[in-house]
Amino acid sequence: MKDNVKLMKGNEAIAMAAIRYGCDGYFGYPITPQSEVLETLEAQMPWETTGMVVLQAESEVASINMVYGGAATGKAVMTSSSSPGVSLMQEGISYLAASELPALIVNVMRGGPGLGTIHPSQSDYFQATKGGGHGDYHLIVLAPSTVQEMADFVSLGFDLAFKYRTPSMILADGVVGQMMEKVVLPEQRPRRTEEEIRRQCPWAVTGKDHGRTKRNIVTSLELDSAVMEKNNERFQRTYREIEKNEVRYEARYTEDADYLVVAFGSIARICMKAIEDARKEGVKVGLIRPITLWPFPYDAIREAAKNVKGILCVEINAGQMIEDVRLAVSDSVPVRHFGRMGGIVPNPNEILDALRRDFIDKPANAKED
Amino acid sequence: MTREEIIRPENKVYSRPRLIDDNYMHYCPGCSHGVVHKLVAEVIEEMGLEEKAIGIAPVGCSVFAYNYIDCDWIEAAHGRAPALATAASRLNPDKVVFTYQGDGDLAAIGSAETIHACTRGENIVIIMINNGIYGMTGGQMSPCTILGAKTATSPYGRRSDLNGFPLKVSNVVALLDGTCYVTRQAVHTVQAVRKAKNALKKAFKNAIEKKGTSFVEVVGTCSSGWKLTPEKSNKWMEENMFVNYPLGDIKDTAAGLEEKTVEVKKS
Repeated sequence: MKDNVKLMKGNEAIAMAAIRYGCDGYFGYPITPQSEVLETLEAQMPWETTGMVVLQAESEVASINMVYGGAATGKAVMTSSSSPGVSLMQEGISYLAASELPALIVNVMRGGPGLGTIHPSQSDYFQATKGGGHGDYHLIVLAPSTVQEMADFVSLGFDLAFKYRTPSMILADGVVGQMMEKVVLPEQRPRRTEEEIRRQCPWAVTGKDHGRTKRNIVTSLELDSAVMEKNNERFQRTYREIEKNEVRYEARYTEDADYLVVAFGSIARICMKAIEDARKEGVKVGLIRPITLWPFPYDAIREAAKNVKGILCVEINAGQMIEDVRLAVSDSVPVRHFGRMGGIVPNPNEILDALRRDFIDKPANAKED
Repeated sequence: MTREEIIRPENKVYSRPRLIDDNYMHYCPGCSHGVVHKLVAEVIEEMGLEEKAIGIAPVGCSVFAYNYIDCDWIEAAHGRAPALATAASRLNPDKVVFTYQGDGDLAAIGSAETIHACTRGENIVIIMINNGIYGMTGGQMSPCTILGAKTATSPYGRRSDLNGFPLKVSNVVALLDGTCYVTRQAVHTVQAVRKAKNALKKAFKNAIEKKGTSFVEVVGTCSSGWKLTPEKSNKWMEENMFVNYPLGDIKDTAAGLEEKTVEVKKS
């Protein structure tokens, strides 16, 4: 156990957790601020120990299509990148979803749009949760706020991806990717055997072997509209199942809260500092931290909002998750956004100031703008 | 002689390959894809690779290759087949992975994936049917369209000043250290078909023996895209395509010439 406690960056934790999960293959391309994932894997040489394949691809487009090819053979495969690189992957992610392939994609977000900045951001929320590529699909989106969660969500992401046969994404921000913390790494699991893969993934393209007489084809193409609509309906049924079973969030101080903060990822921890400062002054603020951004914890937020006077959405972006928070509470509670952009991470004082400005210091009968 | 006397098993001289199934083929009359499909099926069968073969289908006319050749298949996004093949092959080293692509898919949108799979020396077979046109989308100009050829997007003939020059992909990948075998074939005559089959066999053998990437270009016809009868297509191909794309082996490391890359000296 003691050997499993390490001090490391979030990006390094992703790499170590992938090896220990028994991941079969990683395909990636360097981009700041996530290059430590690929660097750590190359330094660890897992092909010598677990047999995991690690390959530096020629682009993010190639990376995600290698993931597609590997996933089609039933293997547990993953890639990681940062915002501009993940934009390049969107076509491949859409194909993964359409072909019902399990895979793990990690996005350590930096500020955009365009080449933007290498500094932290959460501005890919829309892209990750609303279907960044073409067609009707969703990813399971996990938002870690600690290095520990970076490690833990690798296995969670893979397990959910295989359970529902759909790609999942770890949507981290540059803060969680780059900061160092204590982390307990999981025990080393063996990679699945060929026999286990055949049993778990009877659809996998493994060569027509072991007595299988019918060929396996992995494709997203269907020219017969009647059949394609049935496929779409099947995807949607899966998404409804995921929405029913897999919502995850963390609630802090919500029982007696007069005001609610909703934040995900690293900024949620900075919000906790602001909330504790507010409580020292006697102002009761609570926090909901969505852990799954899709499926989104609409019910939890609706429930927590019942007795509050206002909700502040704190995001390192111009206001994206706020749309889902508003959907959760309709017009029952005023919802405001506070965020910084350009790679700037707000500090607790700014967040507390925003709470005061928008809610605490506002007369109860003030007209809504 | 009665019909029954003629169809006796001992009189049989030819039959459809076992791995080509009954599905109705969508290819146009005169198209080369059908012949190359047959050759791939024959090679897989004759080399006993039915349980090992994984095909990667492209986007384009041969997108439905998986409906005709009875082995496991993955259908790739446009141009990405060599990336899929890279992962499928590395994660399943006991399998034999091949891509089947057209010149639009491979030489345009998939040029990066092709060059990097070849330079990494992936132990795969890349088959490219070069008919110098995008067939599926209605006969547009491809990187391999020859100068002067009329297509939907070069209606007055391809001009080098407007559209650049035809991309000779085989010659490009032959320069890369990762390729072990690069050849250009055709399937318009019985003799050419036999040569192409031997080339495919050699390519699959290289993949099994992990010698590096084998690249088999097959110069083919597109009667619909070229707007010629099948017979005239063959003639046009011989007179025009073969001048730009001469047939024969371009690289065969087993047979000799090879330039080696030198590693950094250890200090």
